[in-house]
Amino acid sequence: MFGAGGGTSSYREAEETNLIILWGSNARETHPIFFHHVLRGVRNGARLVAVDPRRTSSAEWADVWLGIDVGSDIALANAMAREIIHAGLADKEFIARATTGYEEFERCVEAYTLERAEAETGVPAAAISEVALDYARAERGMICWTLGITEHHNAVDNVLALINLALLTGKVGRYGCGLNPLRGQNNVQGGGDMGAIPARLPGFQDLEDPAIHEKFARAWSGADFPSKKGWHLSEMFEAMDRGDLRSVYIVGENPARSEADQTRAVRLLSGLDHLVVQDIFLTQTAELAHVVLPAAAGWAESEGTVTNSERRVQRVRRALEPPPGARDDIDIIGELAQRLGCGWGRPTAEQVWDECRRLSPMHAGMAYRRLDELGGLQWPCPDESHPGTQFLHARLWKEPAEGAPAPFHAVEHDPPVDRLTEEFPIRLTTGRRLDSFNTGVQSGGYTSPLRKGEALLISPEDGKRIDVEDGEAVRASSRRGSVEVRVRYERSLRPGLAFMTLHFPDQVSTNVLTIDATDPKSGTAEFKASAIRIDKLTRVPAT
Amino acid sequence: MDIRTTGDPATEEEIAAIDGLLGEPESLWQGGERHPADDHVAHGGRAVRSRRHLLLPVLHAIQDRTGWVSRGGLEYACRRLSIPPAEAYGVVSFYARFALQPRGALALHVCDDIACKCAGADELCAALEKDFGAPGGAWHRSPCLGLCDRAPAALVEGAGADYEARQIAPVTFAEADGVLRGGAWPHNHSTPLSPTLSPGGRGGLLRRVGVVDPRSVDSYLDHGGFAALRRAREMGAEAVIHEVTDARLLGRGGAAFPTGRKWESVRKADARPHYLVCNADESEPGTFKDRVLMENDPFAVVEGMALAAFATGCEKGYLYVRTEYPLARQRIENAIARSRERGLLEIDIEVRRGAGAYICGEETALFNSIEGKRGEPRNKPPFPVEVGLFGKPTVENNVETLINVLDIVIDGGAAYATTGTRDSTGMRLFCVSGHVLKPGLYEVPMGTSLRALIELAEGLGPGRTLQAVLLGGAAGSFVTPAQLDVPLSFEGTRAIGATLGSGAVIVFDDTADMKQMLLRIARFFRDESCGQCVPCRVGTKRQEEILERLLAAPHGDRRADVMLLTDIAQAMRDASICGLGQTAANAIGSGLTQLRVLNG
Amino acid sequence: MAEPVFVGLPRKLVGVTIDGRDIEMTEGSTILDACRQLEVDTPTLCQLDTLTPINVCRVCVVELEGSRVLVPACSRKVEAGMKIATDSDRVRHSRRLVLELLASSVDMSLCSPRVHGWMARYGATPARFGSEVATVAQPVKVDNDLYVRDYSRCILCYKCVEACGVDAQNTFAIGVAGRGFDAHISTEFDVGLPDSACVYCGNCIGVCPTGALMFKSEHDMRAAGTWDESRQSVTETVCPYCGVGCMLELHVQDNTIVKVTSPLDNSVTAGHLCVKGRFGFEFVQRRRS
Repeated sequence: MFGAGGGTSSYREAEETNLIILWGSNARETHPIFFHHVLRGVRNGARLVAVDPRRTSSAEWADVWLGIDVGSDIALANAMAREIIHAGLADKEFIARATTGYEEFERCVEAYTLERAEAETGVPAAAISEVALDYARAERGMICWTLGITEHHNAVDNVLALINLALLTGKVGRYGCGLNPLRGQNNVQGGGDMGAIPARLPGFQDLEDPAIHEKFARAWSGADFPSKKGWHLSEMFEAMDRGDLRSVYIVGENPARSEADQTRAVRLLSGLDHLVVQDIFLTQTAELAHVVLPAAAGWAESEGTVTNSERRVQRVRRALEPPPGARDDIDIIGELAQRLGCGWGRPTAEQVWDECRRLSPMHAGMAYRRLDELGGLQWPCPDESHPGTQFLHARLWKEPAEGAPAPFHAVEHDPPVDRLTEEFPIRLTTGRRLDSFNTGVQSGGYTSPLRKGEALLISPEDGKRIDVEDGEAVRASSRRGSVEVRVRYERSLRPGLAFMTLHFPDQVSTNVLTIDATDPKSGTAEFKASAIRIDKLTRVPAT
Repeated sequence: MDIRTTGDPATEEEIAAIDGLLGEPESLWQGGERHPADDHVAHGGRAVRSRRHLLLPVLHAIQDRTGWVSRGGLEYACRRLSIPPAEAYGVVSFYARFALQPRGALALHVCDDIACKCAGADELCAALEKDFGAPGGAWHRSPCLGLCDRAPAALVEGAGADYEARQIAPVTFAEADGVLRGGAWPHNHSTPLSPTLSPGGRGGLLRRVGVVDPRSVDSYLDHGGFAALRRAREMGAEAVIHEVTDARLLGRGGAAFPTGRKWESVRKADARPHYLVCNADESEPGTFKDRVLMENDPFAVVEGMALAAFATGCEKGYLYVRTEYPLARQRIENAIARSRERGLLEIDIEVRRGAGAYICGEETALFNSIEGKRGEPRNKPPFPVEVGLFGKPTVENNVETLINVLDIVIDGGAAYATTGTRDSTGMRLFCVSGHVLKPGLYEVPMGTSLRALIELAEGLGPGRTLQAVLLGGAAGSFVTPAQLDVPLSFEGTRAIGATLGSGAVIVFDDTADMKQMLLRIARFFRDESCGQCVPCRVGTKRQEEILERLLAAPHGDRRADVMLLTDIAQAMRDASICGLGQTAANAIGSGLTQLRVLNG
Repeated sequence: MAEPVFVGLPRKLVGVTIDGRDIEMTEGSTILDACRQLEVDTPTLCQLDTLTPINVCRVCVVELEGSRVLVPACSRKVEAGMKIATDSDRVRHSRRLVLELLASSVDMSLCSPRVHGWMARYGATPARFGSEVATVAQPVKVDNDLYVRDYSRCILCYKCVEACGVDAQNTFAIGVAGRGFDAHISTEFDVGLPDSACVYCGNCIGVCPTGALMFKSEHDMRAAGTWDESRQSVTETVCPYCGVGCMLELHVQDNTIVKVTSPLDNSVTAGHLCVKGRFGFEFVQRRRS
């Protein structure tokens, strides 16, 4: 957010805020322990608002649930902003001192009347207004989101629309206020922190800034490394499609199962000249590889750090001996470097980390010793006497505001790419269940009494309309492919809305249905919005 | 709240019963059908969870309709009220009156408690068992039904759309037999008008009992009704509390806390709203005074509540009455409705019905019960005047206490305090039962001797001698014939290690089997312990077991077991959370030491 | 550079006397906090720092001057001038009886050594109630692959109910049902866990002080005689699933994870986990076989 890619608040603040909006996040099931903090907040009197097409278990806790149509988030956010402005509840003083671009933003949202928002989102105008005014009037309020916001073709615009709301009401940079993306994997945040994104070096430092580049080059003994940003994942697949990308080295990711439009992903991966996969399992992606490098599990078989959704850098430690032949990621990379003629030696995880601390100012104070003692530290932590940072952007409230002002971004509603038509009338959205995770590579390892396998969840009303029983197998088809899947009736889904997970690719390849329409800035595909049809299977009776 | 229900759906009857109380569900999300509006918005959260307190009324609605609480019915109630089913199950299974197994519409509850034992309840139960099998089918053994003046007693309930409950006392075998065979229910025998002893000529607390028409507000007004409330409004809240304080009125529920001080604390409490709770959960064995007041002078109870609410700034009042008092409940509900019609009531008063739990007479357990929870007492402090019902400042008074306040406001505190003793002012209602010729409710000045009270009840039957008196009910203690001159005042009874408690006075002549009485008391506490704290939960069980052991083998060495009882008693008294555990060994201890039951 | 950190309002100090020793405590602290500060070992069973004091076991009672009855140290807040005795005859008597009454009705053999130490200190002899007295003995409930519930070990401390309920998980799959000596922990209508609201977070197990609730892995190893805590190491790491970053304590015996817990004082988890963090570790074991 405005320069730093991390949630602005601490979990603890959710316990002491007045209003929490969970927007496109079923934290009850996807971030259960964060939801404990939310529930403590609720017990302490906070109002909870859930914005989600599905009435999820998180939404069941909410004082108000806004069941928007999939992909109408910007229409909702802009209409809320308009309501706030018209009610005179915009924090004009904060806007003036700490932001830019307000006028253009105001002009943009003026077109989002409640009537229009009701038409785009399906949510009654009165409810939109109620939530907007509640948020604006709350002394403290925070917005938290997950993939419901980011797995869209306009993911970045979605996020910006939420940021606008916080800037409009001065709800960032103060205790109990903030903007918090809840990270889906245990080290998504850490990957970003460490520069595993196309335009950044460790500590979110701009790769294309010559001074930064120079600093790293000096530290790395004049090593020659790119000074232009690279490709994100979706761009890589596009490059494979064009033939520009012929060799790929994949570490701990299973795109053959996790990519939208799976048929295409597998085709492109299979056509590479050289594919190296480093993983703890022989995943479906590894099965396509020319070389597989068996790795130790990062969280239990090797040393290192990860960063969580409150920017807390925490230690992971080796508790188990890895299986024979599986090696620590650092060892593998060191060995590769050796073979490529760079003598990096065999640094320990701590030595690698200390190098990172020397180069990344926001991590500088996070010595292993301190991480051990304090149960982790929240960045930025610039020196070893610094306690870590509970919430970001307090600078915006300094007199006068410090640093670059926070920009409003005028963003427009843009519905999902995969349009609903008579042929494909059902909106399929995807998500996670409590006891499972992603493509099931990890969570498939234990027996969960809650697990019922993959199913296409639909409203009982749709079931009756299509004439399929609860539990009956059907054919679900999108413009990209079709799968056979059992139907399960789910009263929390409204007619016209269906739900699947990606947890059981061996049972049902949900990603055959999903669309790879991708946000150009973040590279995330629109997993949340496919258009499908559901057909009753006609079986020839056995004779 | 994300609630998971996995049972069968509720039956139409159950849904009708629940919706009859709560209204139709507003949305799919509260257990109803899908409406178009449900697809895109839902209001819930705190607003829905705050209906938790309706759980007991809903459970009563289900059971009144169908005779029991099924899983489907309970789960539908849970959806309507946003209560997790496991919690609701914990609540249903806490209260003895709720049935969790299917049973017929008819339920006959036969009291086998102390006073009814004195009147042949054991023989009645044995005869029923012979003809109708062990209790638990259509007939049930019950702790004290509060009809001790007309023992033996029974209560019959018929589930259905036209649910009815009726007290039958005294009940004969022929009547019980007729009811169980589906015959007509005998009419409630009229309350024998207890003789009262009143100071001066003006009449005491019971002066309207049997005189006014308990169903008519006009009749009450004709007998000076609502004069005290009018007077209180003229005086102002502060002056009312001043008079109550001057009267040195002590609470009549058993704890004897100064009423004026309680009222003052609530009046001054900053937090809002303030709640008033009238404790009419009279369940102490041998106690029936509040029932007589509610059945025969219900408008006075309502006026007393209105007055207390006025003095303490309460926005809302609850009267919590045990489910075994259907007539009292009906009369009070009528009195509230009639008074409100006439514009005599400013405060909203709601009647809540217990469900068979002695512990709910404990003030904080009663709060939990109103809140729709298990009737588990809370640890104090904080005290109810600060953190009471729904966590707000609450004044809780017993029915008899509130009736006293009416006279205090009319006559003035100082005048009131001239009756009784210095430390125990005013008149007191005593529920005299057991082996006396005229059991009933007697009103005497505080300080009257126990001997005089028993004489008022015309003493024992011809040729009988007194064996013991149980003063204060099961939580009280035994008094010997040698102690009959004890003055019935708080300080007088305290001096001999006894207590006035709830005003229960159960008299035993030489025919009473005191061992059985002790065992009944031990069983009572084992049944009624809420189970929350270890000393009481396990202590009441061990007390019963050891007592059984002692009484079954009267000739062995009893010293070790008596020592065990003493040890348990001390731990229960010292370490239990509430008054139930703290007093659960009193009567048994006094039976062993004062009455020397083991030596008999 | 440091940004403001919310620390709350400063609190008043309150002076109390415990066993003749004066101590100042911040307002809002409990008598137990004061005892701990003075290193007065105070027995507790139903108390846990991360749960709301429920004060039902009564083993922590102390004698407070001016109070008719003993008071629970775990929940009673300090007030200025309190004079407290923690080792008087009355205190010793009640603590002894509480432990005796419990141990006479419940199998407490898997309680921590500290509990057994308190039994010895207070001279608890549960057998003195006789051998014929009622207990809560009953068959072990094994109805799923993750937990077992052995309620013959349950002292009804309510911790599991609190952890499943408002103090952490808010799932409310279990509650206290029945009353008196028959009160017990139960799902709705006593259905098995798979039919209940249980989400298998294991937070009830995390707080159980008696071994009544146990991971099936531990239960099976104990049954097979292979459970050996002296051969176990505990390593702190971070959960490999979502991005909340829950700290795990991996209990490892013979290079195998046998149990997962989380530290009570961890700011992310307060000792609580979800089903994935608690049980989702198997994938690193399976790849070894």
